[in-house]
Amino acid sequence: MSRFRNAVLALALLAVAGVAVAQSNKFSGVGREATPKEVAKWDIDVRPDFKGLPAGSGSVAKGQDVWEGKCAQCHGIFGESGEVFSPLIGGVTADDIKKGRVANLTRSDYPGRTTIMKVATVSTLWDYINRAMPWTNPKTLTTEEVYAVTAFMLNLANIVPDNYVLSDKNIAEVQARMPNRNGMTTQHDMWPGKEFGGTTKPDTANKICMKDCTPEPKVASFLPDFARNAHGNLQEQNRIVGPQRGADTTKPEPKAGMPVAAVTPSAPAKPENNEAKTALALLNKHSCTACHGVDKKIVGPGFNEIAKKQAGKTDYLIGKIKAGGVGVWGQIPMPAQSLPEADAKLIGEWISKGASKQ
Amino acid sequence: MKEDSLNSGRVQKAPENFLTQSGIKEVFAEGKKGRRDFIRNAFAAAAAGATVPMAMAQGNPVPTEGGDPNILNLPEHATGLGQGVAAEGYGKPSKFESNLQRRQSPGLTQTTQASVSFAPLQSLFGIVTPSGLHFERHHQGWWDIDPSKHRFMVNGMVKKNMVFTMDEIMRLPSVSRFHFIECGANTAVDWGNVAVPTVQYTHGMLSCSEFTGVPLITLLEMAGADLKNGKFVLAEGGDGSSMTRTIPMSLITSGEVIVAYGQNGEMLRPENGYPLRLVVPGVQGVSWVKYLRRVEVGDKPYAAKDEAIHYIDLQPDGLHRQYTNLQEVKSVVTTPSGGQVLLDKGFYNITGLAWSGKGKIKRVDVSTDGGRNWRQARLETPVLSKALSRFNLDWVWDGKPAIIQSRAQDETGHVQPTYQQLRAVRGTRSIYHNNAIQSWLVQENGEVKNVQVS
Repeated sequence: MSRFRNAVLALALLAVAGVAVAQSNKFSGVGREATPKEVAKWDIDVRPDFKGLPAGSGSVAKGQDVWEGKCAQCHGIFGESGEVFSPLIGGVTADDIKKGRVANLTRSDYPGRTTIMKVATVSTLWDYINRAMPWTNPKTLTTEEVYAVTAFMLNLANIVPDNYVLSDKNIAEVQARMPNRNGMTTQHDMWPGKEFGGTTKPDTANKICMKDCTPEPKVASFLPDFARNAHGNLQEQNRIVGPQRGADTTKPEPKAGMPVAAVTPSAPAKPENNEAKTALALLNKHSCTACHGVDKKIVGPGFNEIAKKQAGKTDYLIGKIKAGGVGVWGQIPMPAQSLPEADAKLIGEWISKGASKQ
Repeated sequence: MKEDSLNSGRVQKAPENFLTQSGIKEVFAEGKKGRRDFIRNAFAAAAAGATVPMAMAQGNPVPTEGGDPNILNLPEHATGLGQGVAAEGYGKPSKFESNLQRRQSPGLTQTTQASVSFAPLQSLFGIVTPSGLHFERHHQGWWDIDPSKHRFMVNGMVKKNMVFTMDEIMRLPSVSRFHFIECGANTAVDWGNVAVPTVQYTHGMLSCSEFTGVPLITLLEMAGADLKNGKFVLAEGGDGSSMTRTIPMSLITSGEVIVAYGQNGEMLRPENGYPLRLVVPGVQGVSWVKYLRRVEVGDKPYAAKDEAIHYIDLQPDGLHRQYTNLQEVKSVVTTPSGGQVLLDKGFYNITGLAWSGKGKIKRVDVSTDGGRNWRQARLETPVLSKALSRFNLDWVWDGKPAIIQSRAQDETGHVQPTYQQLRAVRGTRSIYHNNAIQSWLVQENGEVKNVQVS
């Protein structure tokens, strides 16, 4: 009897609990509370007011070591390189640091805009290096290394001295020296809300005019003839049926009055080259293509160039892939690569046979 | 390919009259046999045909054989057995469509992992972009992520930090909506002058899909988010770049922002963020964070790399506009467009796309004389908010040079600007948010070129 009563009581309690859950959350059973450990692992963002910045420090000297080992291949020894990404450092003056506005940004003749010319907030540098660098191994730097690399970059831009140690304690002082700290505005109507104040008036006010709206228009800009085929043969980039074809840009433009090109070959069925497909997938998987283009030089030589120079030398190529090297193609070293033997073999064979794309 | 299939699009211009010497011989031979109807019909056809080339060439004239070999000679596919079901478990486009590819613009980027590929707008119909042709923008390469291991976290100014599995997100009430996504840098290369030949490269960082997912506000409410003081939401990706962007809370509370897993009836493609991405209607593509792993509710904006170093718009006074998110009213004629060749004089359907980050498209006008005179185009249904709209206009090309433009107006009344109007305010170094009217020059030889007019 008492067992029965307890069971009924338990059921009643369950029912009450169920109601309570349903009231607080109509999507019962969906989602759970994140543990502090989980949040700490993923919540890595750092705001301009330094909310989220972990305690720590790093020196310019230490930053230089990290830079030369992990950053210089892409960004150049002084952060000046534009070979892989836009240049990071350059274009700012002592006067900019004083005023917080980069003067070169007002010049239309100034070539290029470096990161340090544009960025207003030092937190952005710290946050981005921490979350996304190095490019092929993001999120592998220690907190000290992130402080150090940030300090080194700031030193390259003459914002902090050679002996500087950047830390969570002094980073606000650095913010006060950022060369373009006063270079941003939110006074525009292109934020879809009122969070920044901004304006509500669009920049332009074109009118709907239907007749005699402008004087006789003149063509003011067009592609020069030499660029005709710069994007590949446009004939092959248009459908082969319909009201128009793509222009055959491998040939000079036909003169007016000539019958227009009418015959477009039907799509040729290309035989699939599985070896090339597999090799290209492996190059991506092992981030080879971060430094080597298939048909162009990036930091290292293009695979087409290697294939030309080292045709048939499969074993040599496999060895080079695994051991790395310097001097054959220039003075930027290629680090040793750790990848499965089978993958290295496949890539080596593919290069030795000509590094064909398809 | 057989010779006859090569000529199926448009055959050579017709001879003076439609009967060649051998044809005339045949006609008279038939006449001798007494088939007067044949002769009468043949000359009637030739006479009718003869008047046509004076005005316009006939696209598909009757050959001397008395009929099109593509009609007269039954092809293999009409006389044989075709292929069986499920020959392709996931069907592919016709092999004759292989020219339609998303493509890189040569020289634009040094790597393929931090790069873009452009959608072939010149060959697409309607408003939906086939998922396999959707434009790509990757910041640190793309991944194909196991959905059973993907997690989504909500934290920050919330009562309870929460995590969700994909199973759980897909259990929640879903919405499906059509929206365009356009990269803020679409048409960037043409800010100063013409730099690329075709609409694929000028406007191809643009796509439109039906997205399915859960309104972000539902998930924020589940976590008990402080919707009053939490004015900004950070969205963060789960890939190597862990892309972050600040999202306006007002757009989230309106219910428009979606945590999406579906695209055009299937799951998102890996290149587009499989298994989870943010959909921020009307806002530039960089905010539509792919491989979405976390949102954080905060009271201040975040100045992430892609809103403090890139995706900031340089103005003539040297100031950068920050947090420029909206894609303003814009349109482009997709055919005829740059790099195409019109096959002959005569009738054409001018067609194109219009869109606005502020809502629906209200009207589109088209000019064929470089902006002097305009005609209102037909807006095809559906016309949806913050989605692509398709417009069409009848046009007879007389063989003379023509400069084709389109000009869109959205439901707020904002009219797409000319290059002159846009440059007067923003200069030519802004990179982002070029929504100027596009001009295509149709030349006498039928070739269409990307031009800018003064």
